[in-house]
Amino acid sequence: MNNSICLRNAKVNQKLKILTVNAEGELGRRIRDMGLIPGTEVHVIGKAPLKDPVALRLRDFTLTLRNSEADNITVTPQED
Amino acid sequence: MGQYTIGIAGNPNCGKTTTFNALTGARQHVANWPGVTVEKKTGTMKLGTDSLEIVDLPGTYSLTAYTQEELVARNFLVEERPEAVIDVVNADALERNLYLAVQIMELGVPLVLGLNMMDEVRTSGKKIDSKKLAELSGCRVVETIARDSKGTDALLEEALALAKEKKGLWSPLNISYGPDLNPVLDEMEKLIEAEQFLTDKVPARWVGIKYLEKDKDVIDKGHLANSKISIQLEEIAVKIAKHTQMTLKASPDALIADYRYGFIAGMIKDVVSYPVLDADRISRSDKMDKVLTHTFLGPLIMLGIIYVIYQITFTVGEIPMGWLESLFGWLGDTATNALPDGLLRSLIVSGIIDGVGGVLGFVPLIMFMFLMISALEDSGYIARMAYMLDRVFKIFGLHGTSVLPFIVSGGIAGGCAVPGVMATRTLRSPNEKLATIFVAPYMTCGAKVPVFLMLCSAFFPENAPTIMLLITLGAWAMALIVARVLRSTIIKGAATPFVMELPPYRMPTLRGVLIHTWERTWEYAKKAGTIILGISILIWAMMTFPQLPEERVASYEAQRAPITEQIEALGEGGSEEVLAALEDKIADIDNTESEEAIRNTLAGSIGTAMEPVSLLAGFNWRTNIALTGGFAAKEVIVSTLGTAYSMGEVDTEDTDPLSEKLVADPMFTTASAIALIIFTMLYAPCFVTVVAMARESSWTWAAYSVVGSTGLAFVLSVAAYQIASAFI
Repeated sequence: MNNSICLRNAKVNQKLKILTVNAEGELGRRIRDMGLIPGTEVHVIGKAPLKDPVALRLRDFTLTLRNSEADNITVTPQED
Repeated sequence: MGQYTIGIAGNPNCGKTTTFNALTGARQHVANWPGVTVEKKTGTMKLGTDSLEIVDLPGTYSLTAYTQEELVARNFLVEERPEAVIDVVNADALERNLYLAVQIMELGVPLVLGLNMMDEVRTSGKKIDSKKLAELSGCRVVETIARDSKGTDALLEEALALAKEKKGLWSPLNISYGPDLNPVLDEMEKLIEAEQFLTDKVPARWVGIKYLEKDKDVIDKGHLANSKISIQLEEIAVKIAKHTQMTLKASPDALIADYRYGFIAGMIKDVVSYPVLDADRISRSDKMDKVLTHTFLGPLIMLGIIYVIYQITFTVGEIPMGWLESLFGWLGDTATNALPDGLLRSLIVSGIIDGVGGVLGFVPLIMFMFLMISALEDSGYIARMAYMLDRVFKIFGLHGTSVLPFIVSGGIAGGCAVPGVMATRTLRSPNEKLATIFVAPYMTCGAKVPVFLMLCSAFFPENAPTIMLLITLGAWAMALIVARVLRSTIIKGAATPFVMELPPYRMPTLRGVLIHTWERTWEYAKKAGTIILGISILIWAMMTFPQLPEERVASYEAQRAPITEQIEALGEGGSEEVLAALEDKIADIDNTESEEAIRNTLAGSIGTAMEPVSLLAGFNWRTNIALTGGFAAKEVIVSTLGTAYSMGEVDTEDTDPLSEKLVADPMFTTASAIALIIFTMLYAPCFVTVVAMARESSWTWAAYSVVGSTGLAFVLSVAAYQIASAFI
């Protein structure tokens, strides 16, 4: 199973599972505090009009992330 | 019969403030936490025979040391040791909300969980077993719907009961952090306990976790307490970090977050159930987002909403503003009639009533704007605005939410920088907020409009509308460029992470919006009586003293005397024309006297002394005085220019005579007009704005803004004047 992609390249409506989070320091802390940790299932529910930031649904709430921040996260698409 | 302090913690958007309002009602006191601009709200009340102090902690997702809010919340728990803490939890997103709760439990503070928004949980088709949650977490749990004040009293009673039972005893929760970290934590705990390292305040294991998380605040405090132990603990942390990086490709703080969420997942799998298992069911909020953040419709609707806020604030707000103006006008007239002509009258009328009246005149604007901004914020829309605009504002080192302060300040000509600067409070990112505060006053506020209109009609009568549009666009361009420069120089630093929650759309409650609006308005009005009164008197004094020497006053008196005699001689029988001509002569003498008087004052001396420098930008001493007066309020520029051009009082609504006078002045060229427009756009904001800036950031930052913006304004207006003079 080698279909890991960067979260930036995920498409709207795609369901994903987080593989790795490679951010340290404040950004890493904030990302993890919000529950973006390996194994979490996320659903891309939209992108802003200029395609950045991206809106994700996870753990029953909605979160936005800039693409530059999504770069630190790799995911694997889930089959429905 | 005891005294109890109860803290209220919770994530942003969890209904924490609503809970606080429901508990304390209007018995609130708003201040700042010492040393930071984070707001501290407290309320006191009696419950039976006990007196309670309820403290609203800042909304946070975590208790790390990265943001002021988190530090404030954590230090409150650690330093002030409240008898109990209520963690208001948005039950609809229970898992993430418990992340903060677990961290409070690890500290060991007696904790009650308020499961808020149970109505949303029910409509979403979820079931939460709060008894089970109490059993698994070891905390008391109370279900609430804070917006309807349901369950909030029970919540407080539980907290009080817990406080009485625990009597200040903390019982920290121990979470397993896995086979790699557990032994290390045990080792650290032993060392910490043996040396009593920081344990007077916090549990030993908690200190160990903070060292593993590389928490700057705790490590700094540890160094002060016992640097030897601190270094030892840091070494242990570095060693295990190397180990976990190698074996697990993860840092200890990432592992800690994983295990905490693991712990929570273990709890909630027996607590939350989805009897209506319909994972694809689109919530109402998501449906609304399909339209409201749509690629094309989203920005259009946003423009519409911004326009409506703006229109309501400035058209509806104008009405009570007019009443206040009339009230202060009446007060001024009454004082003028009641007091003898002289310094005291001048001080009371021009210094105090005009100054404070001008400031209180903004109160309706601030009220209306905060009514709408609070409603938008509570509804969840502000977060969407930030989401849609962030891409654009990010380029300039700002945040999506910066758009609101810009618009309110006059991004659409005619706003006001005072509520604009106050609106930066919706910005959660410190650097972005500082930059926004600095540049928002560049926008074309309502007080600058008459200045620009007067100059346009004088020097560009053919193209006035075009020039006005250029000015508005120019202000936007300057604000964004300067923000970019600031963010790459003085307030450099990576963009604050945009990791932001999009809360579901909710109907704002009238009570919440009113309380919020009242707080802001009152806070502003209080300033009018204190610092603003002081500055107002200072500016009045600068433009009044020193007064003309007696012989000069006598000489004007002497010039007027024969004319007055002539008028009296003519008596009732004189023809109207002759009388009018004589009265005009007296008015001319009065105006010349006013001109000389203002030139003689401190402001006049400064203006005259600055002339050699200011002429580089084409400003004569008259313009300099006017610009000094503009620090009180920008529309004063027009009236002071009138005085300095010996025209007496100039009505800001009708500036044509002044325009003609300016055109006729050979020293005041079209190039000067262009330079003056640029200078007025950018130089020091009026002092009311400066006070608001200091309130939202610090006096140092407000001073930076005054000096920096004035410097920039001067350089650019010199450049504009020199270039324009060469071509025109």
